[in-house]
Amino acid sequence: MPTFLLLTVLTAVRILGRNRLRTGLTMLGIVIGVGAVIAMVSIGEGAKAAVAERVASIGTNVILILPGAVATGGVRGGQGGAVTLTTADAAELKKRVPLLRETGWARRDVMQIVHGNKNWNGTVNGISPSYLTIRGWSFTGGGPFTQQDLDAAARVAVLGQTAVDNLFEPGEEPIGSIIRINHVPFRVIGTLALKGQSAQGMDQDDVIFIPFSTAERKVFGTRFLGSVGALFASTERPEDLVPAVAQIREVLRQRHRLQPDQDDDFFIRTQVDIGKVHEDTSETLTIMLFSIASVSLLVGGIGIMNILLVSVTERTKEIGVRMAVGATRRHILIQFLVEAMTLSVLGGCLGILVGILGARATTVVAGWPTIISPETVIAAFVFSVAVGLFFGLYPANKAAWMNPIDALRFE
Amino acid sequence: MTALISCEDLWKIYRLGDVEVQALRGVDLLIEEGEFVAIMGASGSGKSTLMNILGCLDRPTKGCYRLQGVDVGGLRADQLAEIRNRRIGFVFQNFNLIPRTSALENVQLPLFYRGLPLRQQRALAAEALARVGLQGRENHYPSQLSGGQQQRVAIARALVASPSLLLADEPTGNLDTQSSLEIMAILDGLNKKQGITIVLVTHETDIAAYAEREVVMKDGRILTDRKTPSGASALSVEA
Repeated sequence: MPTFLLLTVLTAVRILGRNRLRTGLTMLGIVIGVGAVIAMVSIGEGAKAAVAERVASIGTNVILILPGAVATGGVRGGQGGAVTLTTADAAELKKRVPLLRETGWARRDVMQIVHGNKNWNGTVNGISPSYLTIRGWSFTGGGPFTQQDLDAAARVAVLGQTAVDNLFEPGEEPIGSIIRINHVPFRVIGTLALKGQSAQGMDQDDVIFIPFSTAERKVFGTRFLGSVGALFASTERPEDLVPAVAQIREVLRQRHRLQPDQDDDFFIRTQVDIGKVHEDTSETLTIMLFSIASVSLLVGGIGIMNILLVSVTERTKEIGVRMAVGATRRHILIQFLVEAMTLSVLGGCLGILVGILGARATTVVAGWPTIISPETVIAAFVFSVAVGLFFGLYPANKAAWMNPIDALRFE
Repeated sequence: MTALISCEDLWKIYRLGDVEVQALRGVDLLIEEGEFVAIMGASGSGKSTLMNILGCLDRPTKGCYRLQGVDVGGLRADQLAEIRNRRIGFVFQNFNLIPRTSALENVQLPLFYRGLPLRQQRALAAEALARVGLQGRENHYPSQLSGGQQQRVAIARALVASPSLLLADEPTGNLDTQSSLEIMAILDGLNKKQGITIVLVTHETDIAAYAEREVVMKDGRILTDRKTPSGASALSVEA
């Protein structure tokens, strides 16, 4: 049997080699199919990894609480339209929800910032000192401001990388220098490490952090003392997120004196929710790409079947001769299956090559991250073998079940 | 000693739509080891059908066919394939070589299906080709060989498996006179010198004359079955 198999493979290769154009065109379907699967999956995986990284950049185990929509005479404002959350809410949450490790708050506005002869229109965030810890910011220079700075409404600022790049000359030391935000002078006491784009594609490094009290009293002004743009909290462990959210809701509803039939006047989002949206998106993308690729593999398989059926008909007489000299049905079946699988495996290997090159090209040309995992390559290979087996089975069976007499007489 | 071939009341009935064709209608035939039998008859007489049944390529509708005492009718398809592989050699009118495959590989084919190691396949096939006078043509493709040479390759393929029965279905039907004589000389030699049983189907009397026994068929039945005067090789070339 090993001799038989080896010779059958050699024969198959020779037969396929005889008709190069036909073989090539037949394989093309599989090449494109497998190539597409590899390229698509690697782009999908790359995107998924990038999203995961961005979701992680939000911070770990973060809970985000946004003010609710305000409804005036039936006209509803958007999320965050109302000023229902205050620093006092944060203090209360810290006191009454022990699952929370940190609570913080922030309010943001876009302001003109000036340093020397440069100026920049950036997002200024008035924050509590804990905010930076919750969101997982780290420093490249200097350090954060403290509770004392907050209490004293100190004019100190921490800059993100984009702000640094736009306000300072290359090589210039930002720490200790004075910048003006809305004409108010601030001393730079820290610079932040690069975070990159957010999951929504926003530049997270285009930020300037100043103490909340300073922002409220000296820069933004306020309609309502202590009202914040958002509250932030974090828990010790990821599994605490869900119970913590429930408790936060309880506390906030009480504090805001909401009746049981009233809707929440705030929104609570966790990192899990945020990550889930993107995961769903990339999942959908992957499924879509995968189905496209599967369809092309299917088409490739049908191409193989088609050509094999032609080949079986063309070689009916040969099949008859082989049967006459003692080939069993199994011999004939294996011969044609081997031909089908040689086609699909060869096509599969070429496809893997094409897919890897395609993924590389995507990274180089479009700058998208791609990940080629060995699992994908193995799966694609196995899949192409399976395609050969599946689509070869029918023609091979047709050949094997020929009546020797009819096959011999076939003209 | 049991006969090599023993047929009792063989029937073969084809159905072509609503029409029933009785190709064989009760054939009884006994062929001993070492015989050289010619089956003759007009087309449609059932001689090819009989040949296919003798070659285990087809099964009778009714009746019993024993090959070396084994009732072939009860065997499975793969057992029949094994019998064809080991006990029967075929020579066809149109040679039936596999195209674009060398003479040597064509001859190897029965050994390939028998599962012999490649080296042994090659050695035996080369030897068989030498026996039919084709040494040096091992790597020629059928298309590069003359009709007579192709038929000799086919004979070598039939011989390589050392069969006990060689079935030749109009082996000279597509050949010129000279090649026909060469082929018949080879077959005759195989029968006389090596004692291989040969059953030959033909409608040419001069070809049939090589055989020791002549079976004439008509309408699916055996019309006559007689010994012929041996030594047909004395036949003249001008035919």
